[in-house]
Amino acid sequence: MNAHRKMDKPDSRNRLDDMRQGLVGTAMDRPDGPLKVSGQATYAHEWDVPDMVHGVLARATISKGRVTDVARDEILADDAIHAVITDDRLLRRPAQGGANEAPPQGSKQVDYFGQPIALVVADTFEQARHAANNLKISYEAEGNAAFDPEAAGTETDKPEDDQLDQGDLDQAMRDAAFTVDQVYRTPGHNSAAMEPHCAIASWEGDKLTLRGSYQMLNFNINELADALHISPDNIRMLSPYVGGGFGSKLGLSAEAVAAAIAAKEIGRPVCVTLSRQQVFETTVRRSETRQHVRLSCGEDGVLTGLGHECLVSNLPGEEFYEPVTQATHFLYGGKNRRLGIEVARLNRTCGGSVRAPGEAVGMQVLENAMDELAEAAGIDPVELRKRNIPEQHPEKDIPYSSRRFTEALDEGAKRFGWDQRNRKPGATREGDWLIGHGMAGAARINVLSEAKAKVTLLADGSAVVETDMTDIGTGTYAILTQIACDMLGLPADKVETKLGDTDYPAGPGSGGSWGASSSGSAVFLACEEIRRKLADKLGSDESDLDLADGKVGTGDSAQSLADILDGEEISAIGHIEPGKTLEDWQQATYGSYFAEVAVNAVTGETRVKRMLGVFGAGRILNEKTATSQCYGGMIWGIGSALTEELAFDSRDGHIVNHDLAEYHIPVNLDVPQIEVVLLKERDEFASPIQAKGIGELGICGAAAAVTNAIYNATGIRVRDYPATLDKVLAGLPDE
Amino acid sequence: MKPFEYAKATARADATAQAANDATFIAGGTNLLDLMKLEVMAPDKLVDINRLDLSEISETDDGGLRIGALVTNSDCAADKRIRDDYPVLSRAILAGASGQLRNKATTGGNLCQRTRCYYFYDTAMPCNKREPGSGCQAMEGFNRIHAILGASDACIATYPGDMAVAMTALDAEVEIEDKTGDIRHVPVQEFHLLPGDHPEKDNILESGDLITAVILPPPVDGKQIYQKVRDRASYAFALCSVAAIVKMDGDTIDGVALAFGGLAHKPWRDEAVEELLVGQQPSAELFGKAADQLLAEAQGYGSNDFKIPLTRRVLISVLKEATQTGAAS
Repeated sequence: MNAHRKMDKPDSRNRLDDMRQGLVGTAMDRPDGPLKVSGQATYAHEWDVPDMVHGVLARATISKGRVTDVARDEILADDAIHAVITDDRLLRRPAQGGANEAPPQGSKQVDYFGQPIALVVADTFEQARHAANNLKISYEAEGNAAFDPEAAGTETDKPEDDQLDQGDLDQAMRDAAFTVDQVYRTPGHNSAAMEPHCAIASWEGDKLTLRGSYQMLNFNINELADALHISPDNIRMLSPYVGGGFGSKLGLSAEAVAAAIAAKEIGRPVCVTLSRQQVFETTVRRSETRQHVRLSCGEDGVLTGLGHECLVSNLPGEEFYEPVTQATHFLYGGKNRRLGIEVARLNRTCGGSVRAPGEAVGMQVLENAMDELAEAAGIDPVELRKRNIPEQHPEKDIPYSSRRFTEALDEGAKRFGWDQRNRKPGATREGDWLIGHGMAGAARINVLSEAKAKVTLLADGSAVVETDMTDIGTGTYAILTQIACDMLGLPADKVETKLGDTDYPAGPGSGGSWGASSSGSAVFLACEEIRRKLADKLGSDESDLDLADGKVGTGDSAQSLADILDGEEISAIGHIEPGKTLEDWQQATYGSYFAEVAVNAVTGETRVKRMLGVFGAGRILNEKTATSQCYGGMIWGIGSALTEELAFDSRDGHIVNHDLAEYHIPVNLDVPQIEVVLLKERDEFASPIQAKGIGELGICGAAAAVTNAIYNATGIRVRDYPATLDKVLAGLPDE
Repeated sequence: MKPFEYAKATARADATAQAANDATFIAGGTNLLDLMKLEVMAPDKLVDINRLDLSEISETDDGGLRIGALVTNSDCAADKRIRDDYPVLSRAILAGASGQLRNKATTGGNLCQRTRCYYFYDTAMPCNKREPGSGCQAMEGFNRIHAILGASDACIATYPGDMAVAMTALDAEVEIEDKTGDIRHVPVQEFHLLPGDHPEKDNILESGDLITAVILPPPVDGKQIYQKVRDRASYAFALCSVAAIVKMDGDTIDGVALAFGGLAHKPWRDEAVEELLVGQQPSAELFGKAADQLLAEAQGYGSNDFKIPLTRRVLISVLKEATQTGAAS
């Protein structure tokens, strides 16, 4: 039984507001929480598979060229070593998110330093690692590798459908009362998820079971099948728990294919896990960016022109590029617009999706430029943004769906005490510390993805939700349980949500913030169908069904679901597809950030003292997990502003700081008390449950609030991220 | 990780005998195990010294303290005698690593902590420290955390620790027992070496030498400061740190000890800087001269150029704070 909905029309029924069980929106604890904190949730590397051996990938130590020899015999002389795999099917690069097919394969060609070349399989992980470390690989290096996106000789190309030239920006700049014309740079990032990538492959005849850590099983299974040249029908992938992804596990990476090939070859299950260094070198990185921003406005601060022209990088042949201008297209007005992306082709670790690709870096810079414009025009930064919120999409003739940008700005300003802020840069000092305040807007596109979920109301009146959707630490187990509970009138302990198994109906995967609203809608639709069947049994209308606590109705006339089911079970598959509402309305989520920083007048060190985020993202499904997503985004925003940077060696393009000691994500002491406020919102255009994505919104501009506050504290504009102390120091007066 | 033998030492003589026979000591292992996993270090044999009786902090006859080599960083920093009489040491230790690491890391092991040079940590890179004669990739590479003082053409790595910087300012000594059972004392200041032509040698320890303790001299008067500047608020190595012990006599600087971390292959101490300050009245001009003296030979290598102005500012600021009369330390 299938309940299918293509989102061609808005859905303003707001049905989840009417359900008496009332779990949706609450801060319900995660059902998986106790398992995770007590070590009982099984992550990829923790499966106890009998007879399993271990593989470790050996890496390229040149940046471009060909492998001429792998000295496998030396390694294989050791009895503990089972195989040295140099199969043409090994992945040379990770798959991009949603690729649905194998990425470039065959490791004889070397495209970047650190690329996987071979898999060494041994009895133990330690033996395999030692052998892989000492595997002699010979190369024929090519001398024309490129490592610097801005170097004169570097090849670049411009993706055709991401260039906009509307009106006459140059003229608008000349005619404007106030302008900003600046170049900003943001560094590369690694997802740095807590759980390194890992896969355990085991074969029974032609059937492969792959236990791994992946975000999008519905696509990953096809990528794996294509890479191995087998049918996806012969594969089962399991990722019930994923220790963070942030984009790095959207597409299949080298360990999965290597484990599958090795397991087949030696006839035993093989576990391949990446070291932290390999996670940095062989999974996708966020591209560094060079962003040229031009803003022009009249005396009233209303934008007349907006330019956002960006240079990013990736390996030759990769279609993905960091979509830096994604939110710039719709956030602010301005008739004259020039937006564009240029991609430099480099021999460096593959670029790909890292949390909020596009907005994470684009909004960060756009919101710096808006701060500069506010100052130039002498207009309050909050007010400047409000004056530039367009009625209609500034480039396409379409309206906006629900948009709570103004409210987020006003509410944030009120709660933060924005009217009490420093107005003059560099004017407030406490001891050695200069105090400053800054704010920024948040915006992120909203996406609905095709998703299926099966819900079964069992004869005993409990229910099971099944989808291959993943929970990457985001709260999927909780929110799908909550939706099913409310729709079927069940308490939380009567619904079991089962995820991360490709034997279940195909979910949307976790990525691009679409997971909750898409898989949630599929569960919602399945539950509606079950309600219809229940109503049929009762001879009533589905819309009249009053379900709560396992019963229909209230008081003495209440009937238990188990009685109504009378030994039967009802199951339905919900199937949501995106439709016209995604094309005909500009859908996005919005918010605001406010930050107070202290900058040390002696050392240039910046510490964030407090930070507030106010967000509107449609219906909030779980207040706790949604808030946690925003915390995480804002913390990464602090890292983006102050510390995080992939350092590449300029001579061979290798990632120099490829561990968590020297790649500085914020630690507890870098993170102050963060306040997150979620605005009440229902977006009828977004999904049947009026929810939008919230997983990435917290980072989309957060760093700008911090660097704008640094400017307010010191009078120093750092336009080259991160704002490490050396960049601030250069502008500080002598003590 | 290369396969290795593992033995537990039952007595100091047993430990030094095994070490003389090419074994490497392991205590907390917080640095060594990481290096072994990466095969930056690949010892054939480990001698576990954790069972030796070296975990006490005791008072010495002359009123100082003897910190056993196996005293953990956490215990050392929390010891009341150290907090009261040697606050610069307690603060320096707490400025380093994380709580978990400090619980495991030991006093002797911390002295032997190796550089964090990115190229040292990557066995695909030439590195004179890891593989003598192979070259230095840091010099013309990414060298944000590298030395500005005392570097050589062979190596620009820094000693990364905090504890030894404070110990250097305190004129502490390292107690070492050799394979014959002889005990010698070496000032912490002389324990670490400059890289010169042999950057593979971090310190003066010879085969079979076992650090048994660090001896602190009797407490000295004066204000004690440890200031550490780093890229994030915690769990980052010093870009520059200063351990300062300054005694004032009225308006005059009566005594001063300054040691610097994050700048060189060893905790850096410059007697000329201290001599320049002693007997003088504090002034911006004086502090500027002290910074000039300290940094006269300083050299940046690109990404670490900022350490020169940074160190200047930090030194001046620390001296200002240390010479303010009336305030408690």
